[in-house]
Amino acid sequence: MSDFQHQAIRLTTQQQPVTWLESLRNKATDEWLAQPWPTRKTEHWKYTPMQALHKTIFHTWGATANQTLDKDLAEELIPLDAHRLVFINGVFDPVYSSKLPESIVRFSNANADQQALIQEHLGNIVEGDKHLFATLNNAWLDDGILVHVPRNVQLDKPVYIVNVVTAMAAVSNQRVLIVLGENSRADVVEHYFSRDEVQNGFANSLTEVHLADGANLHHYRLNLEEEHAQHIGAVHVDLQRNARFRGFALALGSSLMRVDYQLNHRGQGAELDLQGVYLPRNQQVVDYHTNVCHWVPHCTSNEVFRGIVGDSAQAIFNGCIYIHQDAQKTLAELSNKNLLTSNKAEVNTKPELEIYADDVKCAHGATISQLNNNARYYLQSRGLSRAEADVMLSFGFINELLEQIAQPVVHDYLQPRLAKLFGRDNSLNDASALAELADD
Amino acid sequence: MLRITDLFARVEEKEILKGLNLTVNPGEVHAIMGPNGAGKSTLGNVLSGRDGYEVTGGSVDFNGKDLFELEIEERAREGLFLAFQYPVEIPGVSNMEFLKAAVDAKRKHHGQAELSAVEFMKLARETSKRVSLDQAFLKRGVNEGFSGGEKKRNEIMQMMLLEPSLCILDETDSGLDIDALQVVANGVNAMRSAERSFIVVTHYQRLLDYIVPDYVHVLANGRIVKTGGKELALELEEKGYAWLENEAV
Repeated sequence: MSDFQHQAIRLTTQQQPVTWLESLRNKATDEWLAQPWPTRKTEHWKYTPMQALHKTIFHTWGATANQTLDKDLAEELIPLDAHRLVFINGVFDPVYSSKLPESIVRFSNANADQQALIQEHLGNIVEGDKHLFATLNNAWLDDGILVHVPRNVQLDKPVYIVNVVTAMAAVSNQRVLIVLGENSRADVVEHYFSRDEVQNGFANSLTEVHLADGANLHHYRLNLEEEHAQHIGAVHVDLQRNARFRGFALALGSSLMRVDYQLNHRGQGAELDLQGVYLPRNQQVVDYHTNVCHWVPHCTSNEVFRGIVGDSAQAIFNGCIYIHQDAQKTLAELSNKNLLTSNKAEVNTKPELEIYADDVKCAHGATISQLNNNARYYLQSRGLSRAEADVMLSFGFINELLEQIAQPVVHDYLQPRLAKLFGRDNSLNDASALAELADD
Repeated sequence: MLRITDLFARVEEKEILKGLNLTVNPGEVHAIMGPNGAGKSTLGNVLSGRDGYEVTGGSVDFNGKDLFELEIEERAREGLFLAFQYPVEIPGVSNMEFLKAAVDAKRKHHGQAELSAVEFMKLARETSKRVSLDQAFLKRGVNEGFSGGEKKRNEIMQMMLLEPSLCILDETDSGLDIDALQVVANGVNAMRSAERSFIVVTHYQRLLDYIVPDYVHVLANGRIVKTGGKELALELEEKGYAWLENEAV
């Protein structure tokens, strides 16, 4: 047991949790304290530098209530016509949150039916004993968000969940439970950001998703926090028959950014697409661990992660595909490509395939590469300098994934921001949009 | 415009160009024909400065400058343009941004201001019409998913935007159907002027029905072995190259 484990539990005395989740909390507290702390020898934490967490002196729980976003932070919001929930240092902000429809509720406001639904699923999609920080999330549970779309319903607008850190060394626990009924459909955007000057916040976030037969979820998880933030998070998804999950993950990097995706095909014909982009710079760390489990036949998964790692930054990618012996006719692909733009940058990438069925089609690959020489020559032969060509090609490398973002407002929010990191301006896209307007 | 003197070049230890001489004056159109492996594409690559093509002898004067002293991009900004036989697909890089960067690089080199986004958009849209390329292609990735004909039209569009003084077309006709060939040829013909020169590298005479050259050269075994007028192309079409290759040895 580590000091961190003790400290973490001591913090809960500052909380005012929902009483009907007490038993889940207590059980998790015991489990959290009993679990061994990961070391360099722990397989799934081998490359993740945990020192940053130890060094952090904790902190207060969340922050004083009744805060709201100031003008600068409000401008960072994605201008999405959405059901919006804003949390500041883990505390709900009623000013910037919208009036919620029946299908979206905070745990603390849940009615009896909703409480029953939460108790049915919460903590049951994630396998806590395998996921240390999911256990912590259970132990820290004080509130959360339930998105429940009943069968055959398409949610009228996306759900936009915003988590902002504005206080120094603030700890927050974020919990989302998404339950989509049969043949229902929803878009959920989770957006994390923080004020540049506040440092060393620690967020532990957990999203559990239950997709009933034929349900369809588009899920975005955007980690755009400041340089010194620490964030450990996970997304756990169960897909029933013919369900569809389409995920997009983005992390710019911070002193510790670890996100796990656990995706379970539990019903035949389910499909999942997961794409991810990471861009750590300076001393930042980004760590994505993904685990796709095919338990049943006839499911497909397609996973693509790309990263550009600069300066002295570090990226870790571990992508596992597990195919149970019953999971015949599985189609699974996994690709991870990395660009290193500095000789001090580091990538540890490991694709893993565990296949126990004999009639499956799987492909996986991981590369750490340089830019394409033919492409560079082509650009130079048109007058671009080598440096300009390299910037253009690097951005193109991730832009290929950005171009596939289905939600146009999210795409239009992210693209210029990321382009800016590459020193690009976006006036051309704006002009093109203007020109089109003029045509119409 | 361009004077190539006794040029030798090799690729991976293999000597490809072996004493090539060629002079192109302003306003002239030169066709270079020849059998496979004669060094036709090597010539274009050497002139544009591609990595892996090593010049082992000779010199090239381009508008009074030593071409080999210039980087790839400097040659482009000075007015040399190579239309690729196989234009490169670059997914994720928007065609429009690429084109604007290219135009701006040249303008800056010549002391002109960069175009505003709106000015460039107007120019790009007009130019895309001239090569019958749908404007949707401006927004796509560079050559991404373009058909062979669309890629070649994109090359000609770049040529129009960059207004080079010397255009080298490397087997631009390969893989084109007759309609696309006409679009490309019309684009080239519209660009012909007293100041602008062309080197048209082709394997077949067909292209020269549309782009009528002032001179036709036969390149074999790394050298120009025969030079004539446009009628030489017809003769080659009839007789093949074998009778000339023997002369070159």
